[in-house]
Amino acid sequence: MTSTVTPGTTVGNGPVRRAGEPGQASVRGRAVRGKPMQAGPLTYLILAVVTLISVFPLYYTIVMASHTNAEMAASTPPLLPNGSLFDNVSKAFELAPLNKGLINSLIVASCVTLGTVAFCTLAGFAFAKLRFRGSNLLLGLCIGTMMVPMQMGIIPLYMLMAKFGFANHLQAVILPTLVTAFGVFFMRQYLASAVPDELIEAGYVDGAGTFRIFCSIVLPAARPAMSVLAMLTFLTAWNDFFWPLIALSSQNPTVQVSFQSLATGYAPEQSIIMAGTLYGTVPVLIVFALLGRQIVGGIMQGAVKG
Amino acid sequence: MPASSKTAAPPAAASRPPAASRRRRSTRPGSKIAYAYVAPFFLVFAAFSLYPWLDTAWVSLHNVRLTSYDKQTWVGLDNYRNLFTNEFFYNALRNTISIGIISTVPQLCLALGIAHLLNYRLRGRTFFRVAMLMPYATSLAAATVIFLELFDANLGIVNWGLHLLHLPQPDWQGSKWPSQVAISAIVTWRWTGYNALIYLAGMQAIDSALYEAAAIDGASRWQQFRHVTLPGLRPTILFTIVVSTIGAAQLFGEPLLYHNGIPNGGTAGQYQTLGLLMYQQGWTNDRLGLAAATAWTMFAIIVLAVLTNLFLARRREHKLGSPALSVGAPVVGPAALEASR
Repeated sequence: MTSTVTPGTTVGNGPVRRAGEPGQASVRGRAVRGKPMQAGPLTYLILAVVTLISVFPLYYTIVMASHTNAEMAASTPPLLPNGSLFDNVSKAFELAPLNKGLINSLIVASCVTLGTVAFCTLAGFAFAKLRFRGSNLLLGLCIGTMMVPMQMGIIPLYMLMAKFGFANHLQAVILPTLVTAFGVFFMRQYLASAVPDELIEAGYVDGAGTFRIFCSIVLPAARPAMSVLAMLTFLTAWNDFFWPLIALSSQNPTVQVSFQSLATGYAPEQSIIMAGTLYGTVPVLIVFALLGRQIVGGIMQGAVKG
Repeated sequence: MPASSKTAAPPAAASRPPAASRRRRSTRPGSKIAYAYVAPFFLVFAAFSLYPWLDTAWVSLHNVRLTSYDKQTWVGLDNYRNLFTNEFFYNALRNTISIGIISTVPQLCLALGIAHLLNYRLRGRTFFRVAMLMPYATSLAAATVIFLELFDANLGIVNWGLHLLHLPQPDWQGSKWPSQVAISAIVTWRWTGYNALIYLAGMQAIDSALYEAAAIDGASRWQQFRHVTLPGLRPTILFTIVVSTIGAAQLFGEPLLYHNGIPNGGTAGQYQTLGLLMYQQGWTNDRLGLAAATAWTMFAIIVLAVLTNLFLARRREHKLGSPALSVGAPVVGPAALEASR
């Protein structure tokens, strides 16, 4: 997805809008037919600034996390990392159970991802390829609920979890987020176009049952969309804050909830807070650096699939 | 809903009528089995989404405490009456709207501009895209904790920079507008790159022939942007506006962590939002009925805001006479994931 730029936007799309000076645009090389315009230096400059702003807070977290508090309070704040990082991280461990948080987050995000991908693929397949009474109504219901905020159900949900004895347990976080309406819709849209009806009909003619067809025709075809959904679900589950904050205690937190105890500790020290935050954020940033290309592709694919 | 392929019956079947009718019956096996495929989703959904939403409505008509949840006393619409005569509610409503505007409008405009630049033939295209998505991968908890330090009134690098430039250095926590701007900056930082990618995908889906035709008709680049790119992106833009509106209406984590986890939205409630107010009512003040009333009010506000957006878009479309926008089929991005959390 990222590698294939659709041959769009041939002649148009000068940076006139941003630069506001039509003369500037003509400097840029001539557009190749059917290919996007070559970017000029100004484009690179602006994009570099945007990239810098995107990355700077993360970089500066490293700077803050690797200095002592006294060094950070200097009249000219340091701009390069220093040597106190490990010291600060180990102090952060005393404030919040960060490792426990990371493990809990891993468990929660993995379970939620598995459940979401499995259930949403099943339902997406049914909505895309099977005909049944009330399918439109159910799909409409599913899409309509994407607008409902999490806050709407949080009080009964908390009580429900308390009644099950799940409060402060990871099940309380996993169960309610095990499916998303978005996932169903996403898989439905993908499968509707990715699997030709003829193929499924051929399967029936050959005497395969619906489940057999699902396993041997639909699943292989659905794999790209499933991996996109998996990445996005994992990221969302990993970064989720509101519900885990309510459902879990600070002794058994996800990593996001443990950030809260870092910042609210007695007499919080900047450097230590930053060191803890950095420690809890680095794993997802590493994964992101490795899979960033695919995630970018997934988001863009999700945007046009609808 | 876009037309799905399931309505397109295989035309090949029509040429062989006897086989086709038999095949047709066997193809759509009816049915019942399909419910087994949607059942897992709807069971979880009914238990952990639908039931809680409805029960929230019931709770909002009662006095309920965390410790004695089963002892609910009926109070009718008292909670709503309380809410609508409460200065805290109007403060939170105003803040939610103002933070919503400060965080959404510049964000989407910036995203549009960035997408436009990313749409050029670029060296290091993937690098720029991934780098711009880094903030999206950073959790809101981490981002808020980080920005809190950047915006620190005395030690923060933002005020240090302003000091260098001989500009006034506002109190980013204590004063109303600076604190709202700072919180909006967190939201903007996290979501601009993401929205830029959504727009970029939309731009790449625009037929290049349209640009060629416009160029032949002598349209300038700016005119092409206005009359080809923007109309082509309109469904995408509408979608991002709707999703951002929903997100802004339930803003919670940023203002909570911005005051070190205290849910009062700053010492004077200067950045108290509706989501935060609900949390405070329920979990700090132990008034679940009132919190439930706030939750339903928030939902009503979201529906109202979304409908207003759709209505304005429809009317605008009507005025322009372009049929491009089908409100029923907004492009769906993964932001819907966030929105439904």
